[in-house]
Amino acid sequence: MAMIEMKQVVGGYGGAPVLNGVDIAIDNTDIGVIVGPNGAGKSTALKAIFGLVKVASGEVLFEDRPIANSLPDRLVPMGLSFVPQEKNVFTSLTVEENLEMGAFIRRDDIRDTLDSVYEMFPPLKEKRHQVAGELSGGQRQMVAMGRALMSEPKLLMLDEPSAGLSPRYVGEIFDQILKVNAAGVGILMVEQNARRALGFASRGFVLAGGKNLFTGTGKELLADPDVAASFLGGHG
Amino acid sequence: MDEIIFLVNKVVISGAVLGSIYALGAIGVTLIFGILRFAHFAHGDMMTMGAFVAFLLAALVGAMGITAPVPLAFVVLPLAVVITAVLALLIDRGFYAPLRARGAKPVTLLIASIGVTLMIQGLIRLVFGSGTRNMYLDIEDKIIFRMDFGWLGGTRPLVLSQPQILMFFVTLACITGLHFFLTRTRMGKAMRATSDNLDLAQVSGINTQQVVTVTWLIAGSLACLAGTMLALDVNLRPDLAFNIVLPIFAAAIVGGLGNAYGAIAGGLLIGVTEALAVFNWTAVLRPFAPYLPFGMELPANLALVPTEYKLTVAFVILVITLLWRPTGIFRGLST
Repeated sequence: MAMIEMKQVVGGYGGAPVLNGVDIAIDNTDIGVIVGPNGAGKSTALKAIFGLVKVASGEVLFEDRPIANSLPDRLVPMGLSFVPQEKNVFTSLTVEENLEMGAFIRRDDIRDTLDSVYEMFPPLKEKRHQVAGELSGGQRQMVAMGRALMSEPKLLMLDEPSAGLSPRYVGEIFDQILKVNAAGVGILMVEQNARRALGFASRGFVLAGGKNLFTGTGKELLADPDVAASFLGGHG
Repeated sequence: MDEIIFLVNKVVISGAVLGSIYALGAIGVTLIFGILRFAHFAHGDMMTMGAFVAFLLAALVGAMGITAPVPLAFVVLPLAVVITAVLALLIDRGFYAPLRARGAKPVTLLIASIGVTLMIQGLIRLVFGSGTRNMYLDIEDKIIFRMDFGWLGGTRPLVLSQPQILMFFVTLACITGLHFFLTRTRMGKAMRATSDNLDLAQVSGINTQQVVTVTWLIAGSLACLAGTMLALDVNLRPDLAFNIVLPIFAAAIVGGLGNAYGAIAGGLLIGVTEALAVFNWTAVLRPFAPYLPFGMELPANLALVPTEYKLTVAFVILVITLLWRPTGIFRGLST
């Protein structure tokens, strides 16, 4: 039994479907990476899990419960968390308030979680009373990830966490993702930095035209000459 | 000395009173815009509605033979606030929520709110008639405090009416309360978060429906306070606050839409500037009259703007602010 499963999901934003039968399944120990060319439906697949895109047919199961077309205010308490690619911080709120908003659904003491997020991203502790809109791109990404972790999710979904970051921050964000996963949180992410992300992915999904083109472990996909030829480019 | 007292009376006090009313109204407008992204044109009439609710309750309490050292309309204010807040919420559920559920555009909601304006005014006229009413019951007097400045060589007193003093404290209490609510409470922060980024608020699991409810309750409460205070300061009419809805919007925009602190600053700025603009400077300049060059005389009225054109002041400030800072003084939302 996988923690999150998409079975033959078809869906989109109302017009022609963007997803034409996507299959994704990962466990809570997995790092799942969705790669593919532009317009393949990678982000849409994540949004379909999170109820932000209409699922027309197919199944979305979280811990065997159907969650297709559920809204985030039901999904977050179940243990799903999502970091959008853009506009993923509350720019007029302080860093700490951003993190508190991630824990909105919790009624218990959030101080331990807050401390662990600060431990994970030390720069945030220093700037915790600063408005998030004043932070650099990399620090904003930390706030966005921290916010998503505040609900203590079982599954963390990230939409291109490395987009627009300097190489130094890309490494740092990827390291933190690995750490979060080691703590028992399943990861499902979309990544443009395909070669690098597949290098640490336990599950890889190559989408094209809203369908699975290849599915396998990260290593298998990297080693597959077809994947390399069709998508990763000819560098080996 | 008299001239200074006159200036304080006419500019500082009346400007602050008007500014406080604008501010309380503009906070509601700005919060609704921040959360629901539409210009709630009926906000002025929500203020009028609140004043009539207070009037009705005061008349009821007065009929029971109860008296108080402050106007009864002020005594019943807490209950009037609750009733108006619930009415505001019902208006949302009845008119705006169904439109939102169908994905109506902000312009559609704006037009709907103009409809609500007409409806509220019509209902008030139907029930209370179209005449002007006194917020004070027959047995009550408007207490006016006159502060003597004879010891400073003045002959005129500084005049403050009881509702003006009450208004000052009520506004102060509201603003302080709102500040603590927005910065210290979970729901207040969630409101700011929703206003900042609705999509992310939903993704974070914030119950945005609940946020909408709280927004209407706050906007309705402040509208009732502002409307009642305004009616106590002047008097009660079915178009009481409809006439000031434009400066209220100007205040919200000048302060930066979506920003409650901006609305307060914008309200006070416009209130005081209006008072300054219609102020008759002759009164202050009279002591200098003997020093004028031969043949020059002080005109009887030296106001920058005739009182009838007071409304234009808000727009002039609005235009200047938008040219200088397109998203308002406190950097509000731009849409």
